[in-house]
Amino acid sequence: MNNAAAPTVPILQAENLSKSFSGQRILKGVSVGLGRGEIKILIGPSGGGKSTLLQCLNCLVLPDEGSISLSGQVIDLHDKKNLYQLRQQVGMIFQDFNLFDHLNALDNITIALRKVRKISRSQAQERAMLELEQVGLGNKAELYPAQLSGGQKQRVAIARALAMDPQVLLLDEPTSALDPELIGEVIAVIRTLAGKGMTMLMATHQISLISNLADEILFMEAGVIVEQGEPAQLLCPGCGSKSVGFCERLSEIADGDGTC
Amino acid sequence: MQAQLNAVLDAFPYLLFGAINTGLIVIAAMFIGLFIGVLAAVGLVYGPRWLKWALTAYLWFFRGVPILALLFLFYFGLFPHLNIQIPALAAVAAVLGLTTGAYQANIFRGAIMSLPQGQFRAASALGMSEAAAIRSIILPQALRISIPAWSNEYSIILKDSALAFVIGAPEIMARAQFVASRTYQHLPLYLAAGLLYFFLTWAGVTALRKLEHKVRIPGYTEEEKS
Repeated sequence: MNNAAAPTVPILQAENLSKSFSGQRILKGVSVGLGRGEIKILIGPSGGGKSTLLQCLNCLVLPDEGSISLSGQVIDLHDKKNLYQLRQQVGMIFQDFNLFDHLNALDNITIALRKVRKISRSQAQERAMLELEQVGLGNKAELYPAQLSGGQKQRVAIARALAMDPQVLLLDEPTSALDPELIGEVIAVIRTLAGKGMTMLMATHQISLISNLADEILFMEAGVIVEQGEPAQLLCPGCGSKSVGFCERLSEIADGDGTC
Repeated sequence: MQAQLNAVLDAFPYLLFGAINTGLIVIAAMFIGLFIGVLAAVGLVYGPRWLKWALTAYLWFFRGVPILALLFLFYFGLFPHLNIQIPALAAVAAVLGLTTGAYQANIFRGAIMSLPQGQFRAASALGMSEAAAIRSIILPQALRISIPAWSNEYSIILKDSALAFVIGAPEIMARAQFVASRTYQHLPLYLAAGLLYFFLTWAGVTALRKLEHKVRIPGYTEEEKS
């Protein structure tokens, strides 16, 4: 077993994750692995455990059972330093952005570089500007979150996560809180990331992302991954999978925006 | 009328030094309270259970016992018992500081709890330690929100500081009372004392309003029409 990141070793691997909240089992032994450059998409009904799974993967929520390993190294879930390091390498994008309200766009990005990476202010600003330009917001650096649109906030949040040079990006319904006309700009950024080979695990209801970004679709329901496979397998019309039924319902809602 | 005016004018430098002492007591108490209050609030929100218990006991004690009783308890009771010899001014600052610390802890605790949970989560997700998240993300926001309540606390503590005269601290009230009882000019002297308190309240509250405006987060709260 070679611990150095051999191509076969997944970057992020979770085995048998279980989590209960006040007696209710939200995750029931879920395993998921992400190879370098892979994009997997989590779909399924609300309350199925998608958010909890994503939050367990970077230990924002500590799983009750199961193990997580990063590049073959098992994370000690009881060692805080280990968790801090895991989270630096596993970026997280939230549905409701969670930008730091008291900091402008630039400092939203520099704060972690300075406080976690201990990079000097000027270097951090340089890096932050670069990331802001990547998401097309180089001219909004001085604006505060309350002065940005939802789409701009989410792009700053993505820039903030990328500035930490994560190996994996987890995205928890990144477009769900956005007005329809703002979704496009965030999707464009996510597509660019995919094009650059970013490893991603994303929960989404965005039909256009599901069908043509995913290397693999994971259908999650009641705390279990019930279907797993390539889009071509799971989404072929009339193949009777849960995924295809789910996507068909989504596209009805989305008014024919792409088909499964 | 002339006699009354003269009484105040004669006593004015003396009263003014009293006002400086009052100012020192209140500034010291407010900063002791800020220090205690921030730490206690963080402990109450994020601390382990035993710490929450201890802090809750502290809050109950200082919010439940009158300041006059606390002054006597500390100045005539506890300090001599522990062989601590400190001037009355310092004793008053300490007692008022501990008292306002308890109230400020609750102010900051409420402010921390009012922040969206996502703020802390996003900081954690970037690899920040709890301490770093509290320092760099939570407190800067919570303290901003707390300024109006802190300004209230300032004006309350300022007026509570008048109780210091019972243990002989040379502040406004003690000095006004001292002069009034000698000159029998009660009305003008207590009026002057009242005006000095009023001025100190006004100056402090105005300064805090300026601060509130200065650290306002753009776009976050509505700009007040003046």
